[in-house]
Amino acid sequence: MTRETLVNIALALLLLAVPLWAYTADEPFIITLATRAAILALAGVGLNLALGTGGLVSFGHAAFFGVGGYAMGILASHAQGYVPLMEWPFTVEGTKSMPVIWLVAMLSAGLAALGIGALSLRTSGVYFIMITLAFGQMFYYFAISWPAYGGEDGLSIYVRNGFPGLNTLDPIQFFALAYALLMLALFAMGRLARAPFGLALNAARQSTERVETGGIGVYRLRLTAFAVSGVVTGLAGALFADLNRFVSPTMFSWQTSGEIMVFVILGGVGRLFGPVAGAMLFIVLEHMLGGVSEFWHIWLGAILLFVVLFARGGIVGALAGRADG
Amino acid sequence: MTPILLVEQILNGIQSGMTLFLMAAGLTLVFGVMGLINLAHGSLYMIGAFAAAAVAGATGSFALALMAALAASAAAGAVVERVVIRRLYDRDHLDQVLATFALILVFSEGTRWLFGSFPLYLDIPDALSGPVTLPGGIEYPRYRLAIIAIGAAVAASLGLLITRTRLGVRIRAGENDREMIAALGVDISRLYTVVFALGAGLAGLAGALVGAIRSVQVGMGEPVLILAFVVIVIGGIGSIRGALVGALLVGMTDTLGGVLLPPFFGLFMEGSAAASLGSSLASMLIYVLMAGVLVVRPSGLYGGRA
Repeated sequence: MTRETLVNIALALLLLAVPLWAYTADEPFIITLATRAAILALAGVGLNLALGTGGLVSFGHAAFFGVGGYAMGILASHAQGYVPLMEWPFTVEGTKSMPVIWLVAMLSAGLAALGIGALSLRTSGVYFIMITLAFGQMFYYFAISWPAYGGEDGLSIYVRNGFPGLNTLDPIQFFALAYALLMLALFAMGRLARAPFGLALNAARQSTERVETGGIGVYRLRLTAFAVSGVVTGLAGALFADLNRFVSPTMFSWQTSGEIMVFVILGGVGRLFGPVAGAMLFIVLEHMLGGVSEFWHIWLGAILLFVVLFARGGIVGALAGRADG
Repeated sequence: MTPILLVEQILNGIQSGMTLFLMAAGLTLVFGVMGLINLAHGSLYMIGAFAAAAVAGATGSFALALMAALAASAAAGAVVERVVIRRLYDRDHLDQVLATFALILVFSEGTRWLFGSFPLYLDIPDALSGPVTLPGGIEYPRYRLAIIAIGAAVAASLGLLITRTRLGVRIRAGENDREMIAALGVDISRLYTVVFALGAGLAGLAGALVGAIRSVQVGMGEPVLILAFVVIVIGGIGSIRGALVGALLVGMTDTLGGVLLPPFFGLFMEGSAAASLGSSLASMLIYVLMAGVLVVRPSGLYGGRA
């Protein structure tokens, strides 16, 4: 067992232990914080595939996060208003069932990622960063100016959506769902990274020409990775909206893209559990510094600057030493 | 739509294009010469606006306010370049994006801490307020015409600076081969600070000019920054001429789209649906334009290399 595996196990246990302790100590707010950390980590896990393994610096992942959120908001708002989503050519009703919502969220985020990726991957470097940023903004402005689903004000959901056999309004049960999904995604990503697909993607980041010469189409490889990455971030978006019972255009904003990126970087780029460590640290900082000063973003900025300039491996890098790839 | 209204909107488009150009020029210079992607450019725009509002509030002079905006943002740019930015030239774009994102957080919250969350107001000076009557009986705000004139003057002098002066020669040489001009005895690190401060000063000037039309507040820089990114992506990163053409294109598309699309959809749709669809699409139009340009020319209209 390598040191990184140990660090990973410790991180997974820590994220599980905190809410369990909070449950016995009757501190539902801490459980909600842990749920937020798990969901944001999931969004980061999605981005980490594109950013860490694929080397695709996407500054527009808020688009997929928001699409997931709005998938939940739109379906649930139709269900709570008893208005069918569409009536022609066949009737589609809204739903309050999480599994269905997740599926729709993942599908729509995946399609969005496929479209955005197909155009953006024609470019590289700075152009890629900027074009993904611009696509994110496109969704943002669309959400603001489209009045049917709340426009600038967003959409509220009165009751959290249901999952068969669970009471999702109970914080610890909702945490369990988010945690299980996060672990599932991490497991899948771990497998993916060692599969031929992941190896090729990693190789393409290091030397595109070599992989091309080896007979692998890099464009399709990256597009697939980008779409999968969007799917995972979209699922996180649906969960995040369910946690707050609220969706708004803020989920699409470029600050959201930046924050998802910050989780990945704080934790360690390309490390499997990097986003988990990053999101946990982010939540802790937000909670602690937010209590000390209203202007906690200054300190977040300073810490981020320090990590980028002097501690490039992030938390996982500092704990587990150099990456072996 | 009357022709007069259309001409007014075209002028509005040019005016917004000119302010975008002031922002985009600095971004594209910094990227062209140093290879740096600077998200904190919007913060320099904000610093310019706040410096102008503070000086105008204290002295009542708009000219002094503009000079203060230029000086404050150029100074802030020079300091940031010395302390943080120069460590990023050799890093990959991801590090640059993150470090400058961190700078935005620091600048925005720092300004909020100093000035509070309430917007400040910067008044248009008396000499430039009120409308002018243009040929054809069109009334247009004098101040907006002044912005167009300032933008055009900056574009022209920047063009002269790049093509005709010693500094311009060095900037162009720096874009091509930084080791070579360092070997020829040019103090490259001072050149970088100068270029960065120049871009920062232009951004601050834009912030002060726009601050008199809109309000001066924290976070005012980021929407403009993103538009400026769209501009330089369309124009081709590193090209001043591309920045000018891109800025005018984006300014026009944004302004005219908002005015023309709703009535256009009104031709074959019911009124309120047409208005909402039209305005939603109008807000996305520049991104559609950018995607279109990139599909045809992945490195922008005037971009040589990706």
